[in-house]
Amino acid sequence: MGANSSIAVDAHDLVKVFPRGHVRALDGVSLEVEAGTILGLLGPNGAGKTTAVRILSTIIGPDSGHATILGHDVVKEADTVRRIIGLAGQNAAVDDYLTGRENIRMVGRLSHMSWKSVGARADELLETFGLTDAGNRVLKTYSGGMRRRLDLAAALVAQPPILFLDEPTTGLDPQSRQDLWRVIEGLVAEGTTVLLTTQYLEEADRLARDIVVIDHGRVIAQGTPAQLKADLGTSVVSVTLADAGTAQRAAVLLAPLSAQPPLVEGATVDLTVDDGPKVAVEVLRSLDSAALSLAGLALREPSLDDVFLTLTGHKAEVANDGGTPA
Amino acid sequence: MTTITVATRPTEAPAGHRLRFMFADMITVTWRNLLALTRIPEALFFTTLQPIMFVLLFRYVFGGAIPIPGGIPYVDYMMPGIFVQAVMFGAVGTSVGLAEDLQKGLIERFRALPMARSAVLAGRTTADAVRNVFVVLIMTGVAFAVGFRINTTVVDYVLGAALLVAFAYSMSWGFAAIGLAAPNSETAQVMAFPILIPLTFASTAFVPIQALPGWLQVFARHQPVSVVINGARSLMVGGYYHSTSSLWYALLWIAALLIVLVPLGVWRYRKTS
Repeated sequence: MGANSSIAVDAHDLVKVFPRGHVRALDGVSLEVEAGTILGLLGPNGAGKTTAVRILSTIIGPDSGHATILGHDVVKEADTVRRIIGLAGQNAAVDDYLTGRENIRMVGRLSHMSWKSVGARADELLETFGLTDAGNRVLKTYSGGMRRRLDLAAALVAQPPILFLDEPTTGLDPQSRQDLWRVIEGLVAEGTTVLLTTQYLEEADRLARDIVVIDHGRVIAQGTPAQLKADLGTSVVSVTLADAGTAQRAAVLLAPLSAQPPLVEGATVDLTVDDGPKVAVEVLRSLDSAALSLAGLALREPSLDDVFLTLTGHKAEVANDGGTPA
Repeated sequence: MTTITVATRPTEAPAGHRLRFMFADMITVTWRNLLALTRIPEALFFTTLQPIMFVLLFRYVFGGAIPIPGGIPYVDYMMPGIFVQAVMFGAVGTSVGLAEDLQKGLIERFRALPMARSAVLAGRTTADAVRNVFVVLIMTGVAFAVGFRINTTVVDYVLGAALLVAFAYSMSWGFAAIGLAAPNSETAQVMAFPILIPLTFASTAFVPIQALPGWLQVFARHQPVSVVINGARSLMVGGYYHSTSSLWYALLWIAALLIVLVPLGVWRYRKTS
């Protein structure tokens, strides 16, 4: 592996076309995850995040391109790869009819651990994830947050050095999300490499060291959260007007002040600029001379939301099944 | 929550243990499926209820109107037919169960594990065969309650029952392929009926072959369900129905079905994504 030895997950030019519906789910995606870090794969619904994870976890093969996990090819050495990865899916693929402990044991046994070590490991994981009391209950009785924790626990049973988390917190309440984030941070502190897909910008911002943004099966941006924000501009001038109609007129008026097109949402216009304070003054002046009354003005650091909006032209979509980004 | 110990080194590839792991994985999946069965006793109850209703229907409603050769009570004649129908319904369970696993995303998880590829199907079909053993046991109780008596020996009877379970096992590989092709578990069940109904009714399960129209006799005489029923009748009823050749014919059918349906199921599983 030589110079690349610190790259744990290495994907090159992955293409996957689903014949039904002629969907080009992945259209040449490349990414690298450095060992012991979290890479956030960010994108809206249908961007190709899950397809990328399914290829990297050997569930499906790519149409072209190749990928290695710790130097092992996901197609040619699929069996070896399966021994070093853990997968927790957004669909929480756990068995409803089994208890939490039985689910962990099943995955452990199928990972070829001995009965004895699987039992001890199940107890350890249930305790870690706060599921000791629920361990002997069937999953049908679990809450959404408990299912996710159990799903993650099952993925960790064989202590895989590489972990794929496909939208681990989608649909969870803020408290469960925070709990899961702490667990993931703990894993990485212990040396695990994580590839995490998410639609939540806050999640990527909080957890990921590097971010790859994909949309329509293509990588549209990558870098650290700070780099992505810096590329956009150093600050955001956020102006709130009386109503949405006024905001539209203000956007046209203010457009020349920024290199990026203004983003209008409801009665608010966001301008991403390099010199915030100076632009803020000009904003006030323009609006005043056009006799547009101002309801509020704020100057802030760009968030990943702004990055996302600028890159994809739409807001990060939120899953139908649950909460909004906390 | 506390942190978790994680190995940073991949586990060594256990070389040369493929067969042992294949077997161990199959046992694990079988164990899981049987556990799940005990958690939904309703399923076992209703798969048994249906044949029980058929027992009562044929014993007390149609039975009197169906003349059978060999001078035995109709209940003795029909029981092997009822059994085969019950285990066939059990085999349909393979289709429904796999469709459900696929739908729930459990098969996705299995695919990302270092387990033997064959274990998902082998474990499912084995669990369904075990379930069918229970179904046959319960049905035997019902049969005795409505007047069925073993005319041969207990050993012959058990061998006859084993023949039926083995037949259902071979069929469940075919139903596995259907379950994996179905869009959901409800459809998987419906998709099995066009196979199930002609095979179980256009057969010697409830009426003697002579009662069928000539053109149907050809099909009914040689299709696997009839052949297996004739084999089972030879063991369970004996006497007029004793026929070593139909026993061999039944075993031949089971072998042929396994040779065709096991690769079909495996092929469908590999194709499913």
